[in-house]
Amino acid sequence: MNDDKAKHLSGAEFWTDQTHGLCEPHGSPSLAASAERSSKHNRQIAAEIPYFESWREQANAIKRYALMNLDKLLVEFERNMAAKGAEVLWAADAEEANRHVLRIAREHQVRSVVKSKSMVTEEMELNHVLEQEGIRPIETDLGEYIVQLAGQRPVHIVTPALHMSAEDVGKLFAEKLGEPFSAEHQRLTDIARRHLREEYLRAGMGVSGCNFAVADTGTMVVVENEGNAGLSTSVPPVHVALMGVEKVIPSIRHLPVFLNLLARSGTGQKLTTYTHLIHGPLPGKKLYVIIIDNGRTNILKDPAAWQSLFCIRCGACLNACPVYRRTGGWAYGWVYPGPIGAIITPHYLGFERAGELPFASSLCGACGEVCPVKIDIPHQLVHLRHRAVNEPSPMRSPLERLMWRSWAWMMKGPRRYALTMWAVKIGIRMAKFLPWHPGKLGAWTRGRELPQPPAAGSFRGWWRKKNK
Amino acid sequence: MNESSSAHVAPGVHRAPRQDDPPYQRGEPVALFIPCYVDQFFPTIGQACAKLLEKFGVPVVFPDRQTCCGQPAFNSGYWDEARPVIQHFCEVFADQRWIVSPSGSCTAMARVFFGHVDPSPQVVEVGRRVFELTEFLVDILGIEDTGATFAEKVTLHSGCHGRRELGLVETPLRLLRNVKQLEYCELPNIEECCGFGGTFSVKMPGTSLAMGATKVDCILRSGANVVTSVDVSCLMHIGGILKRNEQAQHIRAMHIAEILAAGV
Ligand code: SF4
Repeated sequence: MNDDKAKHLSGAEFWTDQTHGLCEPHGSPSLAASAERSSKHNRQIAAEIPYFESWREQANAIKRYALMNLDKLLVEFERNMAAKGAEVLWAADAEEANRHVLRIAREHQVRSVVKSKSMVTEEMELNHVLEQEGIRPIETDLGEYIVQLAGQRPVHIVTPALHMSAEDVGKLFAEKLGEPFSAEHQRLTDIARRHLREEYLRAGMGVSGCNFAVADTGTMVVVENEGNAGLSTSVPPVHVALMGVEKVIPSIRHLPVFLNLLARSGTGQKLTTYTHLIHGPLPGKKLYVIIIDNGRTNILKDPAAWQSLFCIRCGACLNACPVYRRTGGWAYGWVYPGPIGAIITPHYLGFERAGELPFASSLCGACGEVCPVKIDIPHQLVHLRHRAVNEPSPMRSPLERLMWRSWAWMMKGPRRYALTMWAVKIGIRMAKFLPWHPGKLGAWTRGRELPQPPAAGSFRGWWRKKNK
Repeated sequence: MNESSSAHVAPGVHRAPRQDDPPYQRGEPVALFIPCYVDQFFPTIGQACAKLLEKFGVPVVFPDRQTCCGQPAFNSGYWDEARPVIQHFCEVFADQRWIVSPSGSCTAMARVFFGHVDPSPQVVEVGRRVFELTEFLVDILGIEDTGATFAEKVTLHSGCHGRRELGLVETPLRLLRNVKQLEYCELPNIEECCGFGGTFSVKMPGTSLAMGATKVDCILRSGANVVTSVDVSCLMHIGGILKRNEQAQHIRAMHIAEILAAGV
């Protein structure tokens, strides 16, 4: 990813933007409430199934196997998919993937594209690239349609318009589509459907993501709830599917456990409303499958982070995350927000640009607890923090290094420790007389009292006296 | 990656089991690890621990060269700085078979995370011998009633490290339920983080405080006038917020050891 492209990324910059990115709460109340509600719902659903834990173990083991055998499985998938008449293309990065899409669009004289929800196309900035070429992209997932109309980016990987209330959407439709205002869910859905129907018929190309790529049968699986993915992938004469290399699973026998987990963890359903199994192009139509790396093999190389490639993009860790709920999705500055974003974004964009993200967590572990494929998210976050302070990144600070060095020196012997604690206590006693508190001290006292050391002295002093 | 990354262990590998076999024998000494901030700011918590263990006939020792478990530097990413501190910890406690600490997060640091920073057997071994106080009382000593009396309405905050890294969900509850005259008030959304998170609390103060405010709301809703926990660090943060909140002036933050030792 070059810096030029980064400029197109809207949303808050991490850390230093006026909104203070992840440092300050500025997510919408509707986002916080809905995320909390989904998270509670997910926990209930999981608790109802006695073997939920064993599903998670299975899914984890299958993904582990798949990633360890990525080279063979991807080739097997390619062979089986191609045998059914699809054209399979490879892309090392987003740029190459975009070039493929544009070439296909030109070949088929495409003027407009209907898109079903796909996070990888967000990575590619595909909408932007298409627009520059004079091709009109239309998002067909309701949430994506809403954020596209509003000129925003998704705040969530499953529910892109989570930050908007029904009123917000009603106002948006009134303003952008000239529809009479309504805040009724059914009315709003009808409006979107009416506008979208025509687009399917007009579009020269449909673009979709891919939830699972099954190697042994050459099947591409797309799950959805609105029917828009079904239409996007079958109505236009050309279907282009984009998938990250990590989407491959060995066998069709492995699919059910993932479908069960994804629907339950994503939206709290038993199964998504539609599950499309795509075996090659429809008669008379064209199917292209583009397999993208775009930084994924970098993650594979990092033993502390490679498990993040198990992710099936269910969004459960976002809903469970207390930081995400308060800061919203844009604060993470790129495509993937929440705990999973905090792990993969530094790998995709480099620690220079996204090294702060692993620090956006209290390490409470709620994410790891809900993840359906058992990614050890909280442990990965501390591993990445370790990398972020040692590699070129905004978190590498000589001053902080010096501070921790002296701390380590002080904690290595009881006498140094005693001296340090004496100084700390004096400092804290003095703090209340200061007119203002600088730096980290100020960060603590802006909303919290400092604990006061008791007059009676320390525990070890007491112990010494007691055992004299 | 720099040279220290050679110590990278895939996460999860060192999610180590505690060393509780062979079981505790009567008369075996137990070493207290009193985290630095407890030692200096909340000495009565350490005293309550010692009192409780001695009450049940456990010989208590306090290796006085101990300092810190290394958690602050570890969580901030400064593993090279945390390592010597962890090694110092393991030297000091090398000969101790049972180590007990009144902190869920320090126990998790020792048992779960020591191996991430230094996978050598001496370090991992010592880390696994660290137990959180309520865990030691209930699971190791088999005690569910400490004989305490505490006539207050009490709610329990469940610290995340204890809860999720060590699975400490039941032990504090069981002990509290047996305290005489104590009225237990359930905390709504008990599984939610209070927002402390070590250096997170000052690196992202706004978000940390917003999480703390939600926690305080839940504490108010519980109807309790004492909030307790196995984690002193969470209580320091929650207590600091309570003191600034007009509606919460009647609520005290108190470590569970002090309640379990009350009137003993
Ligand atoms: S990391 Fe786990 S919980 Fe988060 S989106 Fe991916 S699969 Fe879902």
